[in-house]
Amino acid sequence: MTRLTDQDILKLARLSRLSLSSDEVMRFKKEIEAILNYVEQLQKVKLDELQPSFQVNGLKNVTRPDAIVDYGYDSNVLLDNAPATKDGQIKVKRMID
Amino acid sequence: MSSQWQPISDLAAKVCNGELKAVDLIERALKTIHDKKEFDAVISTTEKRAREMAEKIDHDIKEGQFGGRLAGVPFVAKDNFLTFGSETTAASNILKGFKAPYQATAVERLEAEGAICVAKANLDAFAHGASTENSDFMITKNPFSKKHVPGGSSGGSAAAVILDMVPFALGSDTGGSIRLPASFCGAVGYKPTYGLVSRSGVVAMASSTDVIGPITKNVIDAAVVMDVISGKDPLDSTTINRDKQNYADFDKNISGKTIGIIDEYMGNGVDEAVREKVNAGLKILEKKGAKLLKISLPSLPLALACYYIICPAEVSSNLSRYDGQRFGFSAEEAVDVDQSFTLSRSRGFGAEAKRRIMIGSYVLSSGYYDAYYRQAQLVRTKLINETNEAFKKVDFLAGPVSPTTAFKIGQNIDDPLKMYLVDIMTVAASLTGIPAISVPVGKSNQDNMPVGLQLMAPQSMDRRLLSLAAWLESGLNEL
Repeated sequence: MTRLTDQDILKLARLSRLSLSSDEVMRFKKEIEAILNYVEQLQKVKLDELQPSFQVNGLKNVTRPDAIVDYGYDSNVLLDNAPATKDGQIKVKRMID
Repeated sequence: MSSQWQPISDLAAKVCNGELKAVDLIERALKTIHDKKEFDAVISTTEKRAREMAEKIDHDIKEGQFGGRLAGVPFVAKDNFLTFGSETTAASNILKGFKAPYQATAVERLEAEGAICVAKANLDAFAHGASTENSDFMITKNPFSKKHVPGGSSGGSAAAVILDMVPFALGSDTGGSIRLPASFCGAVGYKPTYGLVSRSGVVAMASSTDVIGPITKNVIDAAVVMDVISGKDPLDSTTINRDKQNYADFDKNISGKTIGIIDEYMGNGVDEAVREKVNAGLKILEKKGAKLLKISLPSLPLALACYYIICPAEVSSNLSRYDGQRFGFSAEEAVDVDQSFTLSRSRGFGAEAKRRIMIGSYVLSSGYYDAYYRQAQLVRTKLINETNEAFKKVDFLAGPVSPTTAFKIGQNIDDPLKMYLVDIMTVAASLTGIPAISVPVGKSNQDNMPVGLQLMAPQSMDRRLLSLAAWLESGLNEL
């Protein structure tokens, strides 16, 4: 049985770049605890000598030529979706003091 | 099933020979969408672009050009497909206002054959859900009862088809999101082999199980759409080679083919009325010459727990791109970039996305990775091994799509775990990458809501699976 504290939820939120209201902390603590306790049934399963299946259709290391392909995307449409632009570039908040 | 639309190949042929006009088909679709607005199946229409495309097709045909295998056929795309002509929102506030700079490969391939996207269908935001109630904009109603959910997450797509707005819709299926709404709404829903259809230009959910496929009123239309959208795409490196034969070239008979009825899917947890309809459907296949036998896949009861570790892990990774910097909602008052990330995400994402992101962060974090994420991938291997063993004994697997018919709006919304349990019979095919189809087999004698029969085949046996479904459908039509 996993028991989560408020601190656990706040840590998960921080790792996930989310800020939560105190109502959300309460709600998510209860819900996530229930979900984790459900999925924990897997931990009892014996799985000797099996390998994990990260990929299921057998493809491995698909490569392509290292060349520029022109798909005809309009950079103005790309920039139109950005919250702020300047001189044809995406503008973001200050990152370094 | 009665419909204002004919099989899509017939429609396209009539557009090509001038008997029907693409512009009229588009107007008919748009009118039906408008007339049935109260079901909230659709988030937006692409009417200006659709009308222009239809005019061009009619014009080209008049000039003697070939209009395409789907000339003038209107369709609806789930709103997690990038399309021109309207916004692409994935039914989420964080993507409200997003204009796609390019289109999904599947949409491009359909357009190249003359099909025309007329609207974007509602979904659970980011395809997280089994009822379409998690949409940030509206709740789609079941076409047979406005008090019931259409299933999810492709609920808008399934409802649009059954409401006769269009002859086919595109959906995406990560853990059951095509099959479940198809089952709840009485449509055909096809989840192809993992990698058979390019996901380029579809908003990513859980990349190791995401597939896209058609929702239709009949099997032949699903096969025709599959034939147009399948095959390798340089823009999605997980894509595989398609069948050389047309997916609509169905096998001429099914005699001697064996169908394994999955024990774990026919037990006490299944509503009696659902089991009855599923058994009746299987009997039809037996009459057509298939052999039925019982089969057990002992690890199947673990599939849901396995899925609800792997899925949120991949969701947390895929949704990390929504940071409020390049596209999507951005919190204006943030003073630095870190605060901008956090505020944009906190306000832009709904509760279910937040829940999945945090569960994903938990199962992937150091100290928990081995116990949760890696363990789930090992259980997945066990499921794959058992599935492969089963397919040595039988050609197909069968069971219900869901233990119940459509539930009432609001019934499961306050308990996320209960909502996850709705996927209990669909996630295994997702985790193992095999193709699966929901075929409507009539209505429950308890609540008169549709029941879906799920058929599954080994990877890349898509054409054979569609053939079996067509046999079932023809048997049902003879009743």
